[in-house]
Amino acid sequence: MTVTTDSVRSALEQGPEHGKVESHLHPAGSFDVADHEVPTGREEIWRFTPLKRLKGLHADAEFMRSATSCTWNTPEGVRIEGVSGDEARSLRGLSGLVPNTRWAARVLAEVPSTLLIDVPADTEVSEPIVVDLDGEDVAVTEAGHVAMRFGAHSKAIVVLNHTGSSTIAAVVEIAVGDGADVTVVSLQDWADDAVHLSHHQARVGRDATYKHAAISFGGDLVRMDANVTYDGPGGSAELLGLYFADAGQHIEHRIFADHTAPRTKSHAVYKGALQGEKAHTVWVGNVLIRKVAEGIETYEENRNLVLTDGCQADSIPNLEIETGEIEGAGHASATARFDDEQLFYLQSRGVSEQEAQRLVVHGFFNDLIRQVGVPSIEDRLLTTVEAELAKNVLKGLGSLAAFGSDD
Amino acid sequence: MSKLVITDLHVTVDTEDGPKEILKGVTLTIKEGETHAIMGPNGSGKSTLAYSIAGHPKYTITGGSVTLDGQDVLSLSVDERARAGLFLAMQYPVEVPGVSVSNFLRTAKTAIDGEAPKLRTWVKDVNGALERLNLDPSFGTRSVNEGFSGGEKKRHEIAQLELLDPKVAVLDETDSGLDIDALKIVSEGVNRFREREGKGVLLITHYTRILRYIEPDYVHVFVDGKVAESGGKELADQLEAEGYDRYLKAAQV
Repeated sequence: MTVTTDSVRSALEQGPEHGKVESHLHPAGSFDVADHEVPTGREEIWRFTPLKRLKGLHADAEFMRSATSCTWNTPEGVRIEGVSGDEARSLRGLSGLVPNTRWAARVLAEVPSTLLIDVPADTEVSEPIVVDLDGEDVAVTEAGHVAMRFGAHSKAIVVLNHTGSSTIAAVVEIAVGDGADVTVVSLQDWADDAVHLSHHQARVGRDATYKHAAISFGGDLVRMDANVTYDGPGGSAELLGLYFADAGQHIEHRIFADHTAPRTKSHAVYKGALQGEKAHTVWVGNVLIRKVAEGIETYEENRNLVLTDGCQADSIPNLEIETGEIEGAGHASATARFDDEQLFYLQSRGVSEQEAQRLVVHGFFNDLIRQVGVPSIEDRLLTTVEAELAKNVLKGLGSLAAFGSDD
Repeated sequence: MSKLVITDLHVTVDTEDGPKEILKGVTLTIKEGETHAIMGPNGSGKSTLAYSIAGHPKYTITGGSVTLDGQDVLSLSVDERARAGLFLAMQYPVEVPGVSVSNFLRTAKTAIDGEAPKLRTWVKDVNGALERLNLDPSFGTRSVNEGFSGGEKKRHEIAQLELLDPKVAVLDETDSGLDIDALKIVSEGVNRFREREGKGVLLITHYTRILRYIEPDYVHVFVDGKVAESGGKELADQLEAEGYDRYLKAAQV
């Protein structure tokens, strides 16, 4: 087991790099596709991703006519529709995104339409907005652009629910208005062959609360970059992630909390489990505290539970600090097998080893599932965790009678 | 009728310098209805004895035997030992994040009994046990041992003792870190267990304090991995007055 926990003090002792504005992890952006080379895989931001399996999405694969159906509900007071032409163009860069990859630049430049989710100011949306994206043909390489605009003091939950088989590159831009309270959940419950490359960029308004939850179970290759910047002081971002990689799967999550305003907060917790040969997960957590960002708080954490041999979990927290005037900053990363002491404790109460393992894994994810805070998907997540566990850890375990939901 | 028989038990633990013998021939018999106190200085191997009986993987049995009602305990897995009727109240109960106390208790009870408890009586039993140990009913929704105070952890152990109803309970320094009120509550819990038919208790402690509330039938002084002297409860009074120095000096010779 390896655990690293750094306090801001130790980070400061290493010395902030003066005069540096852009993190080396985040190359300068451009809307012009020609400004971006096709990645070779040696770049820092690509070094973990098996490019071959991206089917050209990262390079110049044709963005074909979509084979992924897109349906949604429309709660009262919300406008959701596919827009094109000038309106679609006006939404590119809504989140402040300036693409730092060729593929994202291509999506913004080439995709003709945008799915717009527009929540007016002061609107409290009573039920989650659920967008179902169901892929029908993995041979079709495609791309999409989603723009979510939440007006000042609005409150809403949006769930992007990915199922089926797709090969898709998606840019999701999120603008959270001042004082708004927004949750965006992206559920990657793909079939085994799906390829999903996505970039979620959010701009968090003054005193706004933004929660982003990335949940990845299925797919051959899923890579998501979930980034946040702040429009004004007092904004808060909670970045949650839950993933479960099976044999052969590559699941990669990167976050970037770019503290561009004072007294902002970022709190990231990503938890993953791995099982089976060549299950590979990557978590890269980048936090940049800019000179202007005095009085901020940040904490990021990644925990991986390795359930079988033959898996690989890469976990890299990066914290770059350009001002010492901060409230708190820290990160933790741990990758471990089952904790023997936990298993011993449970077994010493008569619980079999397998049942103990099941309890521990459920426990590992339970807190996070609750933090997502969307009751309608909690049960589904618990069921999915159970189904994943059944593949390896609980193979051959009979009665489930003792395991009920927590009361 | 329950009888825990420990015979010439030798146990080693792996260290950087190779295996180190901690238990050097422990022999002890706990018959039904009996409470035995094991007292000894730090590092004497008291906790090793407790964890070895429970089957912690850190410890290697190199000799001797442990039987419960004639059944070979050492050949059983940790969970099988618990199902056979052994219970270890730990000095440092382990946190299990995300697993609620109520889920944990129900899972354990189901495992021990081989069938799920009847819901109606079970909820009552759990609430009763928590209440008797002065734990709020909301305790059930908290994660096992996570964020518990030292006293809450120990009271939670004794609540489990009441609910899981083993044949023999090994209490490893259950009194350590408790204030006097918590000590009384925990002791009352242990005494309620002792009043049940045919229960055995092995009470491991560093201090004589708890023996004012839980009266042992036998006291064993444990020094350097084995029992140095056995006697009645008057031995505890003697230890209180004189300390362990006499035994430590003897062990060094």
